Amino acid sequence: MTIPRMRFTFWKAVFAVIMVAGVYCTFIRFFRGLGASTNLSDQFPWGLWIGFDVMCGVMLAAGGFTLTAAVEIFNIKRFHSIVRPTILTAFLGYLLVCAALMYDLGLPWNIWHPLIMRNPHSVMFEVAYCVMLYTTVLALEFSPIVLEHFHLHRALKIVRSVMVVFVILGVLLSTLHQSSLGTLYLIMPNKLHPFWYSPLLPVFFFLSAISVGLAMTIFESSMSSKYFGREIELPILRDLGRVLVVVLALYGILKFEDLYHRHVLGLVFVSGYEQRFFLLEIFLSVLIPLGMLLVPKIRENAQGLYLAAVLCLLGFVTNRLNVAITGVESAMGGRYTPKWTEVVITAMFVALGFAIFGFAAKYLPIFPEEKAHAPAMRKPETVMSDFAVPVHAGD
Amino acid sequence: MSKGILYDATKCIGCKQCEQACATENGLPYDDKIAAQEVTSAHKYTAVLTKDDKFMRKLCMNCGDPACASVCPVGAMKKTALGPVTYDKSKCMGCRYCMAACPFSVPKYEWEKAIPGVRKCIMCSTRVAEGKQTACAEICPTGATKFGDRDALLDEAKKRIHDNPDTYLHHIFGENEVGGTSVMLLSSIGFNNFGFRNDLTDRALPMYTYQVLSRIPDFIPLFGTMLGGIYWITHRRQDVAEAEAQEREEREFKGGAR
Repeated sequence: MTIPRMRFTFWKAVFAVIMVAGVYCTFIRFFRGLGASTNLSDQFPWGLWIGFDVMCGVMLAAGGFTLTAAVEIFNIKRFHSIVRPTILTAFLGYLLVCAALMYDLGLPWNIWHPLIMRNPHSVMFEVAYCVMLYTTVLALEFSPIVLEHFHLHRALKIVRSVMVVFVILGVLLSTLHQSSLGTLYLIMPNKLHPFWYSPLLPVFFFLSAISVGLAMTIFESSMSSKYFGREIELPILRDLGRVLVVVLALYGILKFEDLYHRHVLGLVFVSGYEQRFFLLEIFLSVLIPLGMLLVPKIRENAQGLYLAAVLCLLGFVTNRLNVAITGVESAMGGRYTPKWTEVVITAMFVALGFAIFGFAAKYLPIFPEEKAHAPAMRKPETVMSDFAVPVHAGD
Repeated sequence: MSKGILYDATKCIGCKQCEQACATENGLPYDDKIAAQEVTSAHKYTAVLTKDDKFMRKLCMNCGDPACASVCPVGAMKKTALGPVTYDKSKCMGCRYCMAACPFSVPKYEWEKAIPGVRKCIMCSTRVAEGKQTACAEICPTGATKFGDRDALLDEAKKRIHDNPDTYLHHIFGENEVGGTSVMLLSSIGFNNFGFRNDLTDRALPMYTYQVLSRIPDFIPLFGTMLGGIYWITHRRQDVAEAEAQEREEREFKGGAR
């Protein structure tokens, strides 16, 4: 057991280094301004913090509404045992998005302004309202977990009796703002590269959010089985894999039809900067995962499902970064690369996400149907996944 | 009556007095070094651009239906009835969507400040409200920059092209671009020589997002009813009772175990 212990210490150290660097960068950001802490400029007013922390953050938290819709509204009971971890991920995700937004906004103390200064013509206004309301809804959806922990049965009963309203509200709000993050870019027909600018942007953002919601659920269930000694719910994950096949196929076909009708399909075969990033995105997000999941042997296998899910996640992260950064670089006549401080802050939020998830999973009844299992066998791990480990060093 | 600016590059001598007057009007620094910068920035709202012996002015186009005002979640950017597109820093939260959305990349940011704001030409909104000309038009020694009613200026621009068809490029930049702008430009050479885009749409940009956004109020009751309906159909009464009994058992089991 000495080797795992060393690993724990190593990742604890990595976590500590990221946090210390994060605090330093936070100081630079708030005392010396955006100019000192980012590579943002008049050419590139939006960078990594919008592209990853906000756009990808919201997308990666989509498992919450996807799974609650499946279980609570469509009444697919066999997914019930994995709803709680997805709600936790979503709640955590949105809290982190809000926190990250405080770094990116030039005047973060005015973040409440949309509450009283309304501009219903602004997509950003709509997104702000949806995110605000949905974070509240997520808090309520998450509350039974906390109430259960503290045995507050009366409060629990009240929350449960109105839960369906919040579930419907949550799905509605998510549908709106997941797609609206794409609508944000509709006002830039001359700036965003034709690979990504499409009147269907909201539809693509919504479909990819569902794909990511499913992939993220497979990812976190696999992770939980590795680190919290839970038995992997392979039959459930296989079903999720099947649903993912269908959604990815829909997304892929729509993407093809969209490119075809906008007469930009030919550009896919012309070598270029945007083309390379576009191909990377399409292969990672749709083609490879779809190809993998269509092979029964891979789809039925825990490792295969996990790998397909991770590639899909990376692909759609690339998609969001392409829309936010790659797609506008040519129009703005330059290239944007994030400054180290931007990367550190982003890494800090990712690390916090993993750490808080691990912490909550340890102390709250996130896995309600859990029975005692022997710790699962340790497998080769990815770098990101291990951020969750330090919290569990005491196990 | 909506006001506007007509800039005629063929009359411009590149004296940059408009830059100086603009800096004075807006309380911005101005010296030889800044005069040499042929770009607009957070401390320079207008710039005279040079291409060989030709000139062009860069300033906020003060669009008729501006993208910046449409995208601003808090309404810090406003299109006034008189023409200028104004900015109110006390409302701004610094999301910079206006910068991302502007088809002319006009709004600039005070990146170096800890309490930053957006900076851009606001077509001397205070002066215009007082019935005065913009500072740049007032100072212009040759009449290259002319202030007046937009409609009258547009007619005049057309007349100038009609009377001197060989002098001018037959294009009034700002007549139709993104639905028409309060600032209009005339030139003898292509506007792309000065970094202006040739491929701008004639549609007002806010329509691109509004045609989606305006559907949301109708979408909410429909989609909400659909979700509620699916829930109603999929959850028969006994299913709910069953689930509750199971949950109760579960809770008691958990409570006892602690």
